[in-house]
Amino acid sequence: MKAAVLVFPGSNREGDVAQAIELVTGRRPQMVWHGDGDFEKVDLIVVPGGFSYGDYLRCGAMAAQSPVMAEVKKRAAQGVPVLGICNGFQIVTEAGLLPGTLMRNSHLKFVCADVHLRVETSQSLFTNRYQAGQVIKVPVAHAEGNYFADADTMKRLEDRGQIAFRYCGPDGSIVDGRGNPNGSSSNIAGVFNDTKTVLGLMPHPENAVEPMFGGTDGKALFEGMVEALS
Amino acid sequence: MKARVHVTLKNGVLDPQGKAIGHSLNRLGFPEVGDVRQGKFIELELAETDAAKARARVEEMCRKLLANTVIENYSIELVG
Repeated sequence: MKAAVLVFPGSNREGDVAQAIELVTGRRPQMVWHGDGDFEKVDLIVVPGGFSYGDYLRCGAMAAQSPVMAEVKKRAAQGVPVLGICNGFQIVTEAGLLPGTLMRNSHLKFVCADVHLRVETSQSLFTNRYQAGQVIKVPVAHAEGNYFADADTMKRLEDRGQIAFRYCGPDGSIVDGRGNPNGSSSNIAGVFNDTKTVLGLMPHPENAVEPMFGGTDGKALFEGMVEALS
Repeated sequence: MKARVHVTLKNGVLDPQGKAIGHSLNRLGFPEVGDVRQGKFIELELAETDAAKARARVEEMCRKLLANTVIENYSIELVG
């Protein structure tokens, strides 16, 4: 699997995700600068976390208009898989590759913690190594992770199985917003586009791939992509 | 000509920052303050003299970048 990791001024998790990809593929992904309108053909494009453009205007708003994102939109339309993590999730929603948006956390605080996620489906190139309903533990670190979409969009996401991950309690329960760190609608932590070739999520699976980081539950996401895309 | 753009959250979209501002004002001795909604103010200097053309261009700017229409409304005021 050949991967590209985008780098914007203010990105800060590009090294983490590059390392996670190298761990499962044995090869370093290509790092692509935001000003590059074209880059090598790859099997996967990753939009990493951080604070692109200092979160000016809205998180991800400026990055979404950068030359590299115009190319990413073109490739996504051709079916090239795109994974947006944290600020990357904000960027791909601002770019219109995913529905909805990420708002300020309802409690207004930055949250940095391990959270439990319920995998909603194993039927995707990103989640095929998990079981539907499986509970995993990965970290979050954000101030704007409060997923919001209008009622029609929420219904469509539910009906079409486009919800990838939900925040939950350790037992998988989401009753009364259990385990929800940011006020996100329906406890949503990650969503797919309608072809399930674009995934955006707030938590950081790339920071849960080696035991020394406190957990390895994120590793299966990368292994699943390798299996699907190699 | 100048354009003044106000970007505000749509009705029904929770505004936790507005709520926090309201609570602080209440605590500071302004009990008359009820609901508070906060937003952004953006002033643009435009090299355009035709008001209709300017408005159409700023509308496009709002849709493309200045506002996220999933959660925000915008209003445009032209000055000068």
